[in-house]
Amino acid sequence: MTMHTLSVLVENKPGVLARVSGLFSRRGFNIDSLAVGETENPDVSRITIVVNAESSPLEQVTKQLNKLVNVLKIVELDSSVSVARELLLVKVRADRSARAQVLETVNLFRARVVDVAADTLTIEATGTPDKLDALLRDLEPFGIKEMVQSGLVAIGRGSRAITAGPALRAA
Amino acid sequence: MTRPTPETLAHSVRRARNAADAAGDADQTRAAATPAAPAVRPAPAQVSGAGSLVRSLEALDVDVVFGIPGGAILPAYDPLYDSTVRHILVRHEQGAGHAATGYAQATGRVGVCIATSGPGATNLVTPIADAYMDSVPLVAITGQVARPAIGTDAFQEADIQGITLPITKHNFLVQDASEIPRVLAEAFHLASTGRPGPVLVDIPKDVLQAPTTFAWPPTLDLPGYRPTLHPHGKQIREAARLMSGARRPVLYVGGGVLKAGATEGLRRLAELTGIPVVTTLMALGAFPDSHRQHLGMPGMHGTVAAVYGLQKADLIVALGARFDDRVTGKLDSFAPDATVVHADIDPAEIGKNRHADVPIVGDARHVIDELLAAVTAEQAAGRGIDLADWWAQLDDLRERYPLGYEEPADGTLSPQYVIKRLGEIAGSDAIYVAGVGQHQMWASQFISYEKPQTWLNSGGLGTMGYAVPAAMGAKVGKPDTVVWAIDGDGCFQMTNQELATCALEGIPVKIAVINNGNLGMVRQWQTLFYGERYSNTDLGTHKHRIPDFVKLAEALGCVGLRCETAEDVDRTIEAAMSINDAPVVIDFVVGKDAMVWPMVAAGTSNDEIMFARGVRPAFDEDDI
Repeated sequence: MTMHTLSVLVENKPGVLARVSGLFSRRGFNIDSLAVGETENPDVSRITIVVNAESSPLEQVTKQLNKLVNVLKIVELDSSVSVARELLLVKVRADRSARAQVLETVNLFRARVVDVAADTLTIEATGTPDKLDALLRDLEPFGIKEMVQSGLVAIGRGSRAITAGPALRAA
Repeated sequence: MTRPTPETLAHSVRRARNAADAAGDADQTRAAATPAAPAVRPAPAQVSGAGSLVRSLEALDVDVVFGIPGGAILPAYDPLYDSTVRHILVRHEQGAGHAATGYAQATGRVGVCIATSGPGATNLVTPIADAYMDSVPLVAITGQVARPAIGTDAFQEADIQGITLPITKHNFLVQDASEIPRVLAEAFHLASTGRPGPVLVDIPKDVLQAPTTFAWPPTLDLPGYRPTLHPHGKQIREAARLMSGARRPVLYVGGGVLKAGATEGLRRLAELTGIPVVTTLMALGAFPDSHRQHLGMPGMHGTVAAVYGLQKADLIVALGARFDDRVTGKLDSFAPDATVVHADIDPAEIGKNRHADVPIVGDARHVIDELLAAVTAEQAAGRGIDLADWWAQLDDLRERYPLGYEEPADGTLSPQYVIKRLGEIAGSDAIYVAGVGQHQMWASQFISYEKPQTWLNSGGLGTMGYAVPAAMGAKVGKPDTVVWAIDGDGCFQMTNQELATCALEGIPVKIAVINNGNLGMVRQWQTLFYGERYSNTDLGTHKHRIPDFVKLAEALGCVGLRCETAEDVDRTIEAAMSINDAPVVIDFVVGKDAMVWPMVAAGTSNDEIMFARGVRPAFDEDDI
């Protein structure tokens, strides 16, 4: 499966996310992950979309997205020249007998404990999807009570910024 | 723009008007005396949001809007009462939308329709979707419930912005009265530039009522909208190189050529290269039907020569066309040997259905102009093509498989004959507007289209009921041109109430109802693919004469005529042609068994084209 990460810069206006997500569903494109947030320019939001390019031809996805009037710029971030992270919050069973082992796993993955209860620990971890998958695999035997995961966010390596450019200044 | 005066109103209507209506006449006279567009830029002024809306429409040189008032849009109708913008009160919002589309298709200008919130807005959904599929520059203005009521399931509330998200080029929900001039200007800009399309502007009632300042012109704020008009020179040179080396090339012309006003350039390009031309359903009139190089329309009901031409081509140059399934048939087997040059203003069309070997993004006019120069350069360098063999094959097919029809064995009137005579009598200056179905296909086949903007139809969405309101809009846009709607009895029963609008507003359209008593195209499929089991296709318009279209026409303030025999066809058409002060409806009672041929059955390959029932054209494979 070939995953592609698209950084989509959009005007920060109401309804823009609905336009983007609606386009994916009506054109039959598969979204694997989606994350939205403001950029350094409050008029511009950045949507990071991970698409499975085998089920939906990447070129069509990009072209259709570009047709949306509120879309300013689309950049594909190749994993070799970009940094990509997801955030994971997971509530794991950790009574007295298991707690030490859970903590060891947390340390191994450089994750953090953000909340403690009598029989659970809540763990925060960031990393690539692969790393978070591995962490979850190791935590699974203890018993995962609840988990939540963010969409992937990604940024290019080096000093160049994709948010620079005439169109974006106009926004 | 000629504005209909009271003199153009139907006599019968004028007689019927009583003294209480005299104020209406006075209004129309006053409006007629006012210049259509403001000569000077309006100075900033204190107005309501509604005033700002109407002032914006005036500043955008809008001469006519089609609509129906209602609660949420009501504030806009007050300043409209005094405006230079003519408002045509339709009978159903769908009629307003299609009328705006017909106006836009006939004139090339932006068509405007207005509706209130909720059901008014949702009634516009079909014409908006129709305009989206056929890339029509349309601006729909809808009232919305007041901002504090949005989201509360208020009376006549519908999320029309959400509903029309997938069927508009863009849409707006105006949040502040100060935005109105800018949003309107943006809506018109978006609708009419790049690949044209419908734009909806939803305005809450309290925004229409709020005090604001109107200033013009506004500054557009569309940083993400940059249509590519000029093609890439390298791609043009590559296309010209291919066009100068192909053995079996075809120019595959779509509606984009008409939208770009590139028909003159197309003719020169075709004549310069000698390449055969096919024009899609959306492009009829872009290249004269009578031109020697015109093979006709490709696709499901296209000519054998056009279908074969594309299918066996070694080079397809697609200009403003989108490889629609009705053209390609089964995509996998479409034009297997063809190298494809695909030029379109919408980059997302290129490679969507068929891989493009040479993608060209640009406006068809620029593309064609630059191709002309590049091909001329190729020819100057001594590279040209000899298409004698190709033309010999195509001419042979044209001769052996011309468009034609058989007279019905049961002695009934032939629908094809009616349409053919209509085209011959009304001529190539008239505008023809079709509904959807058999009559639409016959109208595309048996009328000769020689000029752009003379053929209007619902191509992409296939909207039954398009013809009457679209013809109304076309006639409003081109009042001095004869406008014929060619409609089916099924289609006609969906939107004929707009004939009341035509009668009252002095819009003398002519309607030829090709009445075969059935949903004819569906019946044809039942004949061919469902074992002649005619489930729910008999409309009873023959058996019971319900409705009686002549009486219906008269009830709607039109002249109603009926024709049931071949001998009466010319006489009846001529009678209709002689009436110019009222809309005319002719009920052509035709046989129900006529079918549209040729035909490529849905989902099959173009290689499987049937010339007539049970008749496959003999393509000599050795020729190729």
